[in-house]
Amino acid sequence: MLKVNNLHAGVEGNEILNGINLEINPGEVHAIMGPNGSGKSTLASVIAGKEEFEITQGSIEFDGEDLEETSPEERAHKGIFLSFQYPVEIPGVSVTNFMKTAINESRKARGLEDMPANQMLKLIREKSELLEIDRKFLSRSLNEGFSGGEKKRNEIFQMAMLEPKLAILDETDSGLDIDALRIVANGVNKLRSKDNAILVITHYQRLLEYIVPDFVHVLHEGKIVKSGTKELALELEEKGYDWLKNESVV
Amino acid sequence: MDLKDKLVSSFLAFENNVDVDHPVHDIRSEAIKNFELKGFPDKKQEAWKYTSLNALKKIDFSIFPKQIDALEYKDVKRYFLHEIDTYKIVFIDGVYSSFLSETTHDGVDICLMSAALSKPMYKQIIDVYFNKVASKEESLTTLNTAFSKEGAYIYIPKNKVPKKPIEILHFATGNEATLLLQPRNLIIAEENAELQIIERHQSLTSNEILTNSVTEIFAAKNAIVDYYKVQNDLKNASLIDNTYISQKGSSTVKVHTFSFGGKLTRNNLNYYQNGEYIDSTMKGVTILGEKQHVDHHTLVHHREPNCESHQDYKGIYGEKSVGVFNGKIIVDKIAQKTNAFQQNNNILISDKATINTKPQLEIFADDVKCSHGCTIGQLDEEALFYLQTRGIPKKEAAALLMYAFANNVLESVRIPELKMRINKLIANKLGVQLGFDL
Repeated sequence: MLKVNNLHAGVEGNEILNGINLEINPGEVHAIMGPNGSGKSTLASVIAGKEEFEITQGSIEFDGEDLEETSPEERAHKGIFLSFQYPVEIPGVSVTNFMKTAINESRKARGLEDMPANQMLKLIREKSELLEIDRKFLSRSLNEGFSGGEKKRNEIFQMAMLEPKLAILDETDSGLDIDALRIVANGVNKLRSKDNAILVITHYQRLLEYIVPDFVHVLHEGKIVKSGTKELALELEEKGYDWLKNESVV
Repeated sequence: MDLKDKLVSSFLAFENNVDVDHPVHDIRSEAIKNFELKGFPDKKQEAWKYTSLNALKKIDFSIFPKQIDALEYKDVKRYFLHEIDTYKIVFIDGVYSSFLSETTHDGVDICLMSAALSKPMYKQIIDVYFNKVASKEESLTTLNTAFSKEGAYIYIPKNKVPKKPIEILHFATGNEATLLLQPRNLIIAEENAELQIIERHQSLTSNEILTNSVTEIFAAKNAIVDYYKVQNDLKNASLIDNTYISQKGSSTVKVHTFSFGGKLTRNNLNYYQNGEYIDSTMKGVTILGEKQHVDHHTLVHHREPNCESHQDYKGIYGEKSVGVFNGKIIVDKIAQKTNAFQQNNNILISDKATINTKPQLEIFADDVKCSHGCTIGQLDEEALFYLQTRGIPKKEAAALLMYAFANNVLESVRIPELKMRINKLIANKLGVQLGFDL
């Protein structure tokens, strides 16, 4: 589904990603871990198409198609979703209206009519229940005055609504207490299927107790320095990142 | 003959049609002298540095329209807040239209300035209030005073609240090739009175229209006045709005100015606080394109302790439009414990658009909280990216963000139907098609 080949990318000549190789197949959950500044969030943004980053070498393929000339919205229409570490506040636009806009724009891109209102309402009800979201919450302005936990839950609600093929969760666990973490992880797990894939980006192993990955990759200085199964995450938790930094030098 | 000379010489003709024995006429005579002395303001004056009246001064404006036109309600219905029941004071080319209006004398007076100036029963109130807060120096205000004759007269006695909001509408039909309108409004809210006013100047023609309006508002103790100015006029219509507000203790006066259209608009909004625990609030949303020009000049004069003022103006400027914001706050030495806040945030969406923004604070008291902030920026790239990752194309995402930027000024609009209207106007102006009802 996603193939990242020798990806080099950066901002204004500063290279942040130094040759990333990553392949994700349908049904898989991958986790990328790494210390602060290792390039985790940059990788997430580059896959989602943020224009600020320049790809200097390598490529990103999605469903066999090179994404180089593809805008973020087109990537979204193809089924890539990015859950933000810091979701943006949009005053005056309710969660419901925002979702209607997003869904209908995606449908328009696929040549479909707007989703009928009753179907939309049913979908919103179903997905908000999945994430234990109060109905009142849906009429509030998007992310405005939301707590950290509410913002993250709302991100996963959007993911549930948009049903992406590949969901990238960027530090979804940061700022969450244990109850909120459980609800969010539960929501993500219910959305797992053999047809979609998830890329979890996290600093800590905690989230991976709830969203159990098939593969774990460690990012350091813009490179994947080690890959393994979920046991690697536990090892990292025990030994910290320094152990790997040393190993990568060797 | 230039416009100033024409106006001064027209004063004689004007006198033939008014009661020259009324005390107000002495005020008019003084005013025309002041205007004759000062003439139109020019760019050499600091307050007019960024707004030029030169082009308007070259137009040979008709001062007294000859023909009276009638309008069918169905043709102008959309300019009224027709979703709800309102009192209406309507003028067509400066002349009162009883047909389109709905006035009242039932416990409150919602009627005409011409009536208030001619009927003996109003004489006492006119003596006390007329031209008492309006400037006797500022030349455009004195020009209006000199020709003051018609407009809205609203008197809300102690403890009264009118049953519904009041709309003041001025239509220009284009019967004259050019037209200068000078409405004069007097609004008095006595102790504990409360009222809501929506004012709109609407041209129905591509002919040149210039309106030089003066509104005086008096809010007595505990009175609450909500004033909404909807400025979405056609492209050959210009407006100079001079509003003067005198507030007594614990009163609240909120003025919202929505500037989306017109050629040149100048808003002179002046607050004078004459009591303690007063709230003076000014909010504005300005969204311009083409070569539109809007200039907001605000003044709050804190003259007593323990009062507040709040200013929040947001602007979005496209194409070759020009915006000006000049916010002056004076805090007298006696006015301790003043809270004065001023915010002016702007987004430029074109390289050729301009915004000039300037806070002007003169603070003579030492125990006050005053803050001011101006920002001029582009759209937040991270926010744009966020919307794009949800599948919303960049252009729509930009419009949505501008909508959100402007929209939070609307929270204090207390008439839901008006809020909805303004929401829609903002969405239209920004070309946002969100696929849902706002």
